Amino acid sequence: MTTGNRSRTFLVTGLLVALLVAGVASYYASSHPDGLEYVAERTGFGGTAEDSPAADGPLADYQTEGVDDPRLSGGIAGVLGALTVLLLGGGLFWLLRRREESGDDAPADRA
Amino acid sequence: MHVPDGFLDAPTSLATGAVAVAGVSLALRGARRELDDRIAPVAGLVATFVFAGQMINFPVGAGTSGHLLGGALAAVLAGPFTAVLCLSVVLLVQALFMADGGITALGTNITLMGLVGVFVGWLVFRGLRAVLPKRVSMVPPAAAVAALLSVPAAAGVFTLLFAVGGTAPIDTSTLLAAMLAWHTVIGLGEAAITGLVVASVVAVRPDLVHGARPLLTAHTLEIRPTVAP
Repeated sequence: MTTGNRSRTFLVTGLLVALLVAGVASYYASSHPDGLEYVAERTGFGGTAEDSPAADGPLADYQTEGVDDPRLSGGIAGVLGALTVLLLGGGLFWLLRRREESGDDAPADRA
Repeated sequence: MHVPDGFLDAPTSLATGAVAVAGVSLALRGARRELDDRIAPVAGLVATFVFAGQMINFPVGAGTSGHLLGGALAAVLAGPFTAVLCLSVVLLVQALFMADGGITALGTNITLMGLVGVFVGWLVFRGLRAVLPKRVSMVPPAAAVAALLSVPAAAGVFTLLFAVGGTAPIDTSTLLAAMLAWHTVIGLGEAAITGLVVASVVAVRPDLVHGARPLLTAHTLEIRPTVAP
């Protein structure tokens, strides 16, 4: 039981940190071009970049469509993106995991 | 380092797409061995954290920024096969929903950040773990060095792909020098974040860190007889 609680505390804390990073700290991220974009501009192939077919999506460029406040718009997009990754990744890993056969080894963990 | 659509021609994008499919298939098999009831939720958290971390662009000077790639971080925390899947899920969500990285370039991005980043990161980490003292405290610095090298490695492979299938005639050695120089600086940021995050997890739950587990097992086997009866 204690192992289960400890794991739960760890997971909840970790998730909170991740959501704070995606939803709040991301506002303060540098808006300069990243290494690849910069090198592409400087060496002369930046112009070959095409707009993604997903560029009109409601969360494109980490901004939420219809939300004007930049802090809120970026925050909502970051949190929704992070939760989508959690759902897809967590779901995939849960499906892939080794099932405990004897139930002997760590039964208390997911009680 | 998200490659947009248009940088690489169609044959190269198809080829990297095939490489990505092969790599992800291998990872789907291998990850079964890394994941159990206890680790699967942690792996989901690692993927979420990599997504969040990739949003934080840090300035590296001259009007340029870099962000965490997370390959080495995910490999040390969750295991290399699971890490490939973490990065693939992150890149898929970014390409489909955030328009970050192209759609035809998704295979390229999975190859660069998911396969090269994870593979080089894990390889360097394993090499360092083998030669460093067998202590858990060695895991964060080894992870940091692995992270540092994984970034220019991915940048180097991008240059190679561009030399083969770039859509603009750019001198390869100029491109290589620029890519390696900037991504070594970005790698320092990658190393700092990776070292910090791995150190934090090692401090509270070393048993959840894939890369630390062999070091813990040795320790546990030593003390178990005095505790068990």
